[in-house]
Amino acid sequence: MNTIAVDTVHSAPREFLCREEAHPQTGTLLGFWLYLMSDCFIFAALFACNAVLGTSYAGGPTARDVFDLPGLAVNTALLLVSSVTFGFAMLEMARQRKRAMLGWLAISGLLAVCFVGLEIHEFVTMIADGAGPGRSAFLSSFFTLVGTHGLHVTVGIVWLVVLMLQLGKYGLTEANRRRLLCLSMFWHFLDLVWVGVFSYVYLVGVLR
Amino acid sequence: MSAKRLRGLLLFPPALMLGGCNLVLLHPAGDVARQQSDLMIASVILMSLIIVPVLIATGVIAWRYRATNKDAEYDPEWDHSTQFELVVWAAPLLIIVVLGAMTWIGTHQLDPYRSLTRIAAGRPVAADIRPLEVEVVSLDWKWLFFYPQYGIATVNELAAPVDVPIHFKLTSTETMNAFFVPSLAGMIYTMPGMQTVLNAVINKPGDFDGFSSNYSGHGFTDMRFRFHGMSRQDFDRWVAGVRANGGDLDTRAFDRLNRPSRAEPVRHYAHFEADLYHRILDQCVDPGQVCMDQTMAIDANPGHAAHRHSTGDAMPGAPSTTSPAHDAATR
Amino acid sequence: MPDRPAIWNFLLGRLSLSSLPLDNMIVVWTFVAVALGGGAVLAAITYHRKWGYLWNEWFTSVDHKRLGVMYMVLGTVMLLRGFADALMMRSQQAMAFGSNMGYLPPHHYDQIFTAHGAIMIFFVAMPYIAGFMNFVMPLQIGARDVAFPFLNNFSFWLTVSGVVLFMTSLFIGDFSHAGWLGMPPVSELRQSPGPGVDYYIWGLQLSGLGTLLTGINFVVTVIKMRAPGMTLMKMPMFSWTTLCTSGLIVVTFPILTATLFLLSLDRYIGTHFFTIGAGGNVMMYVNLIWVWGHPEVYILILPMFGLYSEIVPTFSGKRLFGYSSMVYATASIMLLSYLVWLHHFFTMGSGADVNSFFALTTMMISIPTGVKIFNWLFTMYRGRVRFTVPMLWTMGFLFTFTIGGMTGVMLAVAPADFLLHNSLFLVAHFHNVIIGGVVFGVFAGINYWFPKAFGFRLDEFWGKLSFWFWQVGFWVAFGPLYVLGLMGVTRRLSHFTDTSLQIWFIIAACGGLLILLGILAFVMQIYVSIRRRDELAVGNDPWGGRSLEWSTSSPPPPYNFAFIPLVHERDAWTDMKKHGYQRPLEGFNAIHMPKNTGAGVVLAGLGTVFGFAMVWYIWWLAALSFVALIAVAIVHTFDYDRDTHLSAQQVGEFEHTGNWEPKAQGATA
Repeated sequence: MNTIAVDTVHSAPREFLCREEAHPQTGTLLGFWLYLMSDCFIFAALFACNAVLGTSYAGGPTARDVFDLPGLAVNTALLLVSSVTFGFAMLEMARQRKRAMLGWLAISGLLAVCFVGLEIHEFVTMIADGAGPGRSAFLSSFFTLVGTHGLHVTVGIVWLVVLMLQLGKYGLTEANRRRLLCLSMFWHFLDLVWVGVFSYVYLVGVLR
Repeated sequence: MSAKRLRGLLLFPPALMLGGCNLVLLHPAGDVARQQSDLMIASVILMSLIIVPVLIATGVIAWRYRATNKDAEYDPEWDHSTQFELVVWAAPLLIIVVLGAMTWIGTHQLDPYRSLTRIAAGRPVAADIRPLEVEVVSLDWKWLFFYPQYGIATVNELAAPVDVPIHFKLTSTETMNAFFVPSLAGMIYTMPGMQTVLNAVINKPGDFDGFSSNYSGHGFTDMRFRFHGMSRQDFDRWVAGVRANGGDLDTRAFDRLNRPSRAEPVRHYAHFEADLYHRILDQCVDPGQVCMDQTMAIDANPGHAAHRHSTGDAMPGAPSTTSPAHDAATR
Repeated sequence: MPDRPAIWNFLLGRLSLSSLPLDNMIVVWTFVAVALGGGAVLAAITYHRKWGYLWNEWFTSVDHKRLGVMYMVLGTVMLLRGFADALMMRSQQAMAFGSNMGYLPPHHYDQIFTAHGAIMIFFVAMPYIAGFMNFVMPLQIGARDVAFPFLNNFSFWLTVSGVVLFMTSLFIGDFSHAGWLGMPPVSELRQSPGPGVDYYIWGLQLSGLGTLLTGINFVVTVIKMRAPGMTLMKMPMFSWTTLCTSGLIVVTFPILTATLFLLSLDRYIGTHFFTIGAGGNVMMYVNLIWVWGHPEVYILILPMFGLYSEIVPTFSGKRLFGYSSMVYATASIMLLSYLVWLHHFFTMGSGADVNSFFALTTMMISIPTGVKIFNWLFTMYRGRVRFTVPMLWTMGFLFTFTIGGMTGVMLAVAPADFLLHNSLFLVAHFHNVIIGGVVFGVFAGINYWFPKAFGFRLDEFWGKLSFWFWQVGFWVAFGPLYVLGLMGVTRRLSHFTDTSLQIWFIIAACGGLLILLGILAFVMQIYVSIRRRDELAVGNDPWGGRSLEWSTSSPPPPYNFAFIPLVHERDAWTDMKKHGYQRPLEGFNAIHMPKNTGAGVVLAGLGTVFGFAMVWYIWWLAALSFVALIAVAIVHTFDYDRDTHLSAQQVGEFEHTGNWEPKAQGATA
């Protein structure tokens, strides 16, 4: 064919192949990390909307009118504590203590369920008071941002339940450890986003 | 090389035709468009300094080093030269530095919000001259022009005396459009609930094309108007004509006009309801709607909860109350 | 709601017989043609009993090479659809002057330009680049597969889901008329109450998710799976651009997802993000969509830059000039592309400081781009340039793209943009860079890598014919649009009053026909080459390639490399050839392979049903398909047994039966 003539250098013979089958590195954790970063951009867009629309009350209720800060404190505490308990679960995983680990996971899950429950209660109350997402751009952005976070937590809970079943059934296999690590990153990520939500949307919202 | 010759032949007739057609962006009749156009041409010349040699070099190098040309030097390992690499980074950089400086200055000088300082090259705006005020509203799908200084309004027809600065304020009812008279000045968006500004001047009498240059729905194609550059006397006659024959633009007439329609004929109004433009801008033409500026005042002062409206859920999309800042974007 | 019993409204949502565009004869005949053509294809597959083969070997395949080929087929099919839209627009604009209203009323014309833009970007250009990245990158970095083979399959089928929804809109209901970016207020419920915008939203949400997963997958693949010895600075340029493009995908597609999500909330539950009134802000949509939209065009062009950087050195028989410059140029384009979005709306009135900033960042992109062009020139300099079909496309790219780049910088000069924005000059500009850059690159790449994928070259004659028709057709079609733009003609008009413009539109339409001939010549090229495949058969390295994909047989075996390569230098395959590399014919190991799975097809199929149900407000079906989607996904996670083994003996069989250079076989026989 058209191959260009190349001087064939026969000096030092080079090894061009790996003769042994190497075990490929798993990229799951990196991949999941990248997914979290991309999710960050979804939240970034929603935060940006909240920043732009945060005072567009359209003559309707303001942040001060609708936010229940004590309730928020309970909510925040629930989520932060669930992160801590999830951390305990990971420690138990490292010690290979499956039952203790499952116990901590269950506690984390229950705390998250309470969190979502309180949030739904908050939403229902607001909508009943006429402060639904269609009332003003401010409320649209509030419901969307907080709701998107809540949806993520819900997904986290479903995932947790499924993973607990799998841990119970298949034990602490390598695949399951990897999955638990991913879920743990997801859990803490949602915590971090919540820190942004409560400090920016709620606290700054009430102040401005 | 017959293919190349073929290409040359194909390009030849269009080159001839170019002479005959009206490239309005290259010979506009208004000073602002003129300067924008000059900047466009200057950028082409500046870039040609690098583009033309590159295009020639592409052909020359490819031909010179074709595989069948065994006389040409062949150096398969040559892949780096500090001098060459300096040149390839520096040459475009230099061009962009110059072009960037021109753009920075031009963007500030030709900012549509900036009042004109000259009506043409070497002709500064006279101190005593009052700019012509025009308030522009894009509707579905026609243009409404208010002349507050003359108390008249027109649809799909715009006129201005030559060499007098024009100060446009623009908004829209429903959709986003762009107000564009290529002979006069660059375009500017018109957006509902917001106001944009355009300063321009027309230097030659004539009958020019104007239209929306931002797609806004099914009637967009026909959203055109005529722009007349007129001598002072002709303009005064035109105003007198509108006053003599025009109708009355009140809220009801506006509501009728506001219904979506295509290819609307020219209309003249000898009189319009005071503040109509501001009510359009504040999205409160219909009685009972709360004006956006009021809503904004309430929103900006959330302490006075007593002034708030009821918190009943509004119908989605109903333009009852709104609040973004009037002025577009960051202004 | 149609007047019918409530049960029907429950079952069918807002879907009814009147949703079928039976009054539009163009659509009806298109449907007949598609039905006949599609039926014939399906019948042929059934007749030849190929369903099992297609399902087992292709649809459920997690092999990146197969997925790459399927992406290319998808892109080509959609190119025909998008191009049909283009011809309709060209012919409408060529005839609709004065009293002649043409044959497309605005209602239809507006859908066509929307569909043309959205399809060409999302379902032609994106599948093509995904196809190239899939097929080439793992081979170039010496990997067995991508990092997440199942996700790769799923991504492909999500793209197909988007295509299915877009194509369904042609025959059931209508499509968005809000432009390819779905700008509010036109895309809001008030002005687009029909299903069109919903088709647009759900089609893009599904395919956008697929693209995002592809991006994540490829970043991880490049980072984690390079062959030993291949440091980042020894990686082939195409893989570099794949990395940069995938990185851009990861940071931009979520913004598209979020933006469309907000638009759908406005449309479905009455929020006020982009509405007029109640505090909504249209400008926010414009900003957000362009924060995604501008990097998107670099997502398209960067892999093509990489592809040209493979083709030019190969056919110049020479190392790529200024490799590090190329890498830094690519990386800086990637970063800068995120800082220029506002140049799409200088005319919104953002003020001189903001406009100047974005004008300058835009111009700065032309510096690394210019560097690339120079480097390709210097690669040819002192080379031995062979004008094969891929190289012809590359030369065409160099000429065309350079001019398109220049008109792009003209548009970046903010004051000039006040005149040129939204004009046909702009239309000509972006076609100049997208056709001249991306489409020419696609054809260059198809001609370049086709022999690797199938073991035979593409026919030269039809390839050259296709090139010249496209090249000449492009200028005949878009040269007039530049002129019309300078005459102050704006885009998206379906009718004109000034008859002096007509001649230009007629010329442009002729250009469209020339491009049609180019496309037909390409189809003919494929057909002729398949017929002559024995004559055109090649070994592993038909072009004198330089990177690792040319070191394995054509087509490559499922595992790509019997032994993972050890890399010492850039241009690893050239290095191997230079040192007299002999390919081993024994001593093979068993190889770990991912199993094929139908889960991707099922998940994406359910996603399509969900999208369709949401478009038509069929809530029960939406809920059902959503629950099913989650359930299938969960069930899939219970499958831990996803790997299989190829025994050393099977590997040996592949290695002995594949297509290799006669020389290599002779040397080792």
